[in-house]
Amino acid sequence: MFDLDKWQEIFSTIQKNKLRTLLTGFSVAWGIFMLIILLGSGQGLQNGVETEFKQDAVNSIWLFPGQTSKAHNGYSVGRRIKFTNEDYDQVNQKISGIEYISSRYFTRGNGVISYNNEYGTFDIISCHPGYQNIENASMVKGRFINDIDIDKFRKVTSIGTQVAEALFKNGDEPVGKYLKVNGIPFQIVGVFTDPSERDINRIYIPVSTAQKVFNGGNTIHRLSFTTTKSVEESELMIEELKKDFAKRHNFDVSDEQALFVNNTLREYKQFQNLFSGIRIFVWIIGIGTIIAGIVGVSNIMMIVVKERTKEIGIRKAIGASPGSIISLILFESILITSIAGYIGLVMGVGLLELLSKAMENVPFIKDPQADFSVAIYATILLIISGAIAGFVPANKAAKIKPIIALRDE
Amino acid sequence: MIRIESLHKSYVTGLNKLHVLKGFDLNIEEGELVSIMGSSGSGKSTLLNIIGILDNYDEGKYYLDNMLISSMSEKKAALLRNKYIGFVFQSFNLISFKNALENVALPLYYQNVGRKKRNMMAMEFLDKMELREWAHHLPNELSGGQKQRIAIARALITKPRVILADEPTGALDSATSIEVMKIFKEINDQGVTVLIVTHEKDISEMTNKIIRLKDGLIESIETRNGKPITHSKVEAYV
Repeated sequence: MFDLDKWQEIFSTIQKNKLRTLLTGFSVAWGIFMLIILLGSGQGLQNGVETEFKQDAVNSIWLFPGQTSKAHNGYSVGRRIKFTNEDYDQVNQKISGIEYISSRYFTRGNGVISYNNEYGTFDIISCHPGYQNIENASMVKGRFINDIDIDKFRKVTSIGTQVAEALFKNGDEPVGKYLKVNGIPFQIVGVFTDPSERDINRIYIPVSTAQKVFNGGNTIHRLSFTTTKSVEESELMIEELKKDFAKRHNFDVSDEQALFVNNTLREYKQFQNLFSGIRIFVWIIGIGTIIAGIVGVSNIMMIVVKERTKEIGIRKAIGASPGSIISLILFESILITSIAGYIGLVMGVGLLELLSKAMENVPFIKDPQADFSVAIYATILLIISGAIAGFVPANKAAKIKPIIALRDE
Repeated sequence: MIRIESLHKSYVTGLNKLHVLKGFDLNIEEGELVSIMGSSGSGKSTLLNIIGILDNYDEGKYYLDNMLISSMSEKKAALLRNKYIGFVFQSFNLISFKNALENVALPLYYQNVGRKKRNMMAMEFLDKMELREWAHHLPNELSGGQKQRIAIARALITKPRVILADEPTGALDSATSIEVMKIFKEINDQGVTVLIVTHEKDISEMTNKIIRLKDGLIESIETRNGKPITHSKVEAYV
């Protein structure tokens, strides 16, 4: 396969026909360049949107109470629905397919939180232990709220990294220390971080404690859970939930205003479908561009063969076999497409790299890169396309009769 | 070396059929220096192309070194050309983007001779043609006589048994022509069979045997001293 002489022969031909080679290579380089740019920007858009999504769990379902818009069972329109701890318990027990679940009780306004002489205003979120997964939070130190905290109404808190930074400027170790939340001391049990910047600016406390401390009774304001089910199954789950809530709170199941449900799983899947659509579209355009490149190379190689008819005739007269002529043309074509394609590849990746840096803070675009496997596929595609582009002209060249070629003045 | 029996060849162009070679016998022994003469259209180039396995024939038989050359694959034809035959053309047919040395060495490339060795041999042959200092020049930097000597060196490098020259002096002035013919004679002296197609009387007179073609048939074959050996009586056929 590897014949140094053959390559020297090809190199010397290429070297002596620089302009021709340059023109041939350009179309391929351009094709690959476009493919990489297209794929990269598609990927960038996808990365961006996915990052926005992944700040929280992508498989969560959120329930909000609303206000009835239909009269039902003797109750009038406009009644506010109130969630209670019973809703939490019922959902937790009755509905199957729940992975992590949490309710939330809203404390009024932002809380002033202090540690010694440091003060700050941060969101106070009361929740169940499952909320860590719903928010995609991860622990830096210590632990999150746990079930015993809930059961024993413990005054404990897990704080965001930004909160820890703001209040522990003196370098104290936060875990174990007491914070004052609206004047009430809470012991810090952990420090967490979160992919979303907004979410590290808050503290979590047990929902049961919050209800007690802030006079909430058994009221909850949100119910959220994650599920391992598919989109279709999650839709069924929601139907079931609606029925359950309608029965317990006496509202019409068809009342769209009484209970609001937000299914991030569905939205996420829709985006995923959209992106696989975009990816297919990008590939079609990219391959179309490459085909144009292949046709270009093939076309130029045809002209090359025509131009070299006499040379091929001479070579045949002095003993070149058709096979050696085919490989001469074919390998030249493959070499040109591969090198040109590689240049296109490098330039495309380089440009994406620059764009990636320049657009760091643009929302919904992140790391516009064509990944390594794409580069490999593109390279294979190039070699194949070079072979295709060279084959027809090479075959034509091999069929040239030396006598006719020599007559060609 | 070359034996031809009732050879026929015609070209079909569209609806017209042109009968170029009309069936003749020819025998050329090894080591002969032969010229083929005839007016244009007499079929002399066609004959040379058939002998050179550049073209095929329709009827009859052609033996090269007692080997029947009939329709064969391009690959085999290429192999035989490379092994037995050296070509010299009127228009030199050098590859324009290769220098003199590379042109001369090219046939050896198709014999899978290593680069170093073939360049060495090419230099040797260029030296014989007194062209050593022109080895790295491209063909368009050389004179007609130099180009033809390069072409001859290229034809000789594979040490062929037969040299076929199609109007080798057609593009050269008379002084250079004589020089080139001298080279052919020297080659012939080493035992190589040389066939030269020409329409120049001076050139043919420098060979040992003159074959005259007319309308696809052999009109006469004469030896160097001018005595006709055979006279074809079949002209009337036409």
